[in-house]
Amino acid sequence: MDLTSLTIHELTEKLSAGEITSSELTAAYLKRIDAVEGSVNAYLTVTAEAAMEAAAEADKRFASGAKQGPLAGIPISVKDIFCTKGIRTTCGSKILGNFIPPYDATVVRRLKEAGAVIIGKNNMDEFAMGSSTENSAFKKTSNPWALDRVPGGSSGGSAAAVAASLSAASVGTDTGGSIRQPASCCGVVGLKPTYGRVSRFGMIAFASSLDQAGPFTKDVRDAAIMLGAIAGHDSLDSTSINAATPDYTAFLTKDIKGLKIGIPKEYFIDGIDADVASSIDSALKTLKGLGAELVPVSLPHTEYAVSVYYLVATAEASSNLARYDGVRFGLRADGAKNLLEMYKMTRDTGFGAEVKRRIMLGTYALSSGYYDAYYKKASQVRTLIKGDFDSAFDLCDVIATPTAPTAAFRLGEKLEDPLTMYLSDIFTISCNLAGLPGISVPCGFTGEGLPVGLQLLSRQMDEGAILKAAHAYEQATEWHKKRPAI
Amino acid sequence: MSITKDDVMRVADLARLALTPQESDLYTDQLQRILKHVEKLSELNTDGIVPTTYTVPPTSVFRDDVVADSLGQDLSTSNAPLREKGCFKVPKIIE
Repeated sequence: MDLTSLTIHELTEKLSAGEITSSELTAAYLKRIDAVEGSVNAYLTVTAEAAMEAAAEADKRFASGAKQGPLAGIPISVKDIFCTKGIRTTCGSKILGNFIPPYDATVVRRLKEAGAVIIGKNNMDEFAMGSSTENSAFKKTSNPWALDRVPGGSSGGSAAAVAASLSAASVGTDTGGSIRQPASCCGVVGLKPTYGRVSRFGMIAFASSLDQAGPFTKDVRDAAIMLGAIAGHDSLDSTSINAATPDYTAFLTKDIKGLKIGIPKEYFIDGIDADVASSIDSALKTLKGLGAELVPVSLPHTEYAVSVYYLVATAEASSNLARYDGVRFGLRADGAKNLLEMYKMTRDTGFGAEVKRRIMLGTYALSSGYYDAYYKKASQVRTLIKGDFDSAFDLCDVIATPTAPTAAFRLGEKLEDPLTMYLSDIFTISCNLAGLPGISVPCGFTGEGLPVGLQLLSRQMDEGAILKAAHAYEQATEWHKKRPAI
Repeated sequence: MSITKDDVMRVADLARLALTPQESDLYTDQLQRILKHVEKLSELNTDGIVPTTYTVPPTSVFRDDVVADSLGQDLSTSNAPLREKGCFKVPKIIE
């Protein structure tokens, strides 16, 4: 049997029963990476040696009979946006090409405390800016279902790694859809928790009011296990919510009788690919068949969400990325005659085209004379978008939509046209603007064999509701058992 | 509102980016198109609407002032492109 095709909960059973060791399991993943990583390119760094050492430690703990963490001995990768002590962390950028963090991000520390074996760092769009992972300064990642297609982005390396069984699970980040959209493109589960549920400490900042970390997994039970391991209050992140972390697996009851699922008419529009639309339609019928009640709801400001996002996110990014000045860490351009020239040359050399474009847009939106028309206006419309969800959740518990308007597009297809690329996030962005939790769960394939994702959203702090609904749906279908041929 | 090449050069200066002439032409064109798209927001009357900057209401966070380990000077400066005597070294600032 190929161990790498199994879920975390299946592997945990085998590890606990002593049928396999973490060393065998980790070696199996490293062997699979050797065999197929060359065609997928999901990783920027594979930490083979450290992983085998961590696996040996996990095996010692298993042998001693000590109580084990929820991820004991499980090989897990993380997006290269999370600082890893002593291991190069690039955020997909040349400007951090040689950055060796002196500490672990809280997410990484919690994974290790839960017993996980960190196996490597996944490729991503530079500074998480993109929807295809093509903006990485280092390599392009392929979709394991069709190697000439993008894996989505920005956490495309994480999604591709889980889909191709190059790690048992991964942690990515989602600022406007960067977990859910690649999960949909790669046919895996991707969960963006409530803003503040998972600590942002040691997670390289893009847009601080939107960024949130969350898991990529093979099924919903694994997502519940992963979220339980990484969530929780952290005094090192001032926006971290101080609330107890529930046992998320307790929500996986398969009983959704009477659950009110809102269907927002603004998300079922022309321009959705026909195969995506019919997969979503079937998924809604399945949910209804399981006893859920489908309720029409309206989110009237949906059509403004992309505009709000690209002003708010770029404004925050222009401020966050001011720190890359060639002084304290990262790249410094040679040959500058004075300090100002050093800043400008360093930033022009170190940042890629999309990052510069967003810094420019954000700086413009915040600049004197334009602040009220752009940044302030966008922040006010953000209030209206959040209000739409408050009203909708008076009528329902969960909202269901397509995760993305199309399946994975071809490499290079949208690279020259930033605006078209931005529109691939049309269904995922509002969730971040409102700070809500959202999940993408596999719900079918297009005629070309490309995965389609169903997005479920719920109220702040109610990850339990979407995990419950996603799990009931998943268990009534076979999509989560499909693996790409690679 | 439309953005000119002069605006782009001014913004690049504010953002500390040394754009090439080709880059400034490209960004003038692309930013124009993106700004045209976001113009859509002006359709909405937002008079009196409080802007949302954080979706979770910010609250003051207090903790006890406890002495804890820190990274130390050597590790803190270990990623510096240039350092001397535990300090970051930069080009001369005052002529």
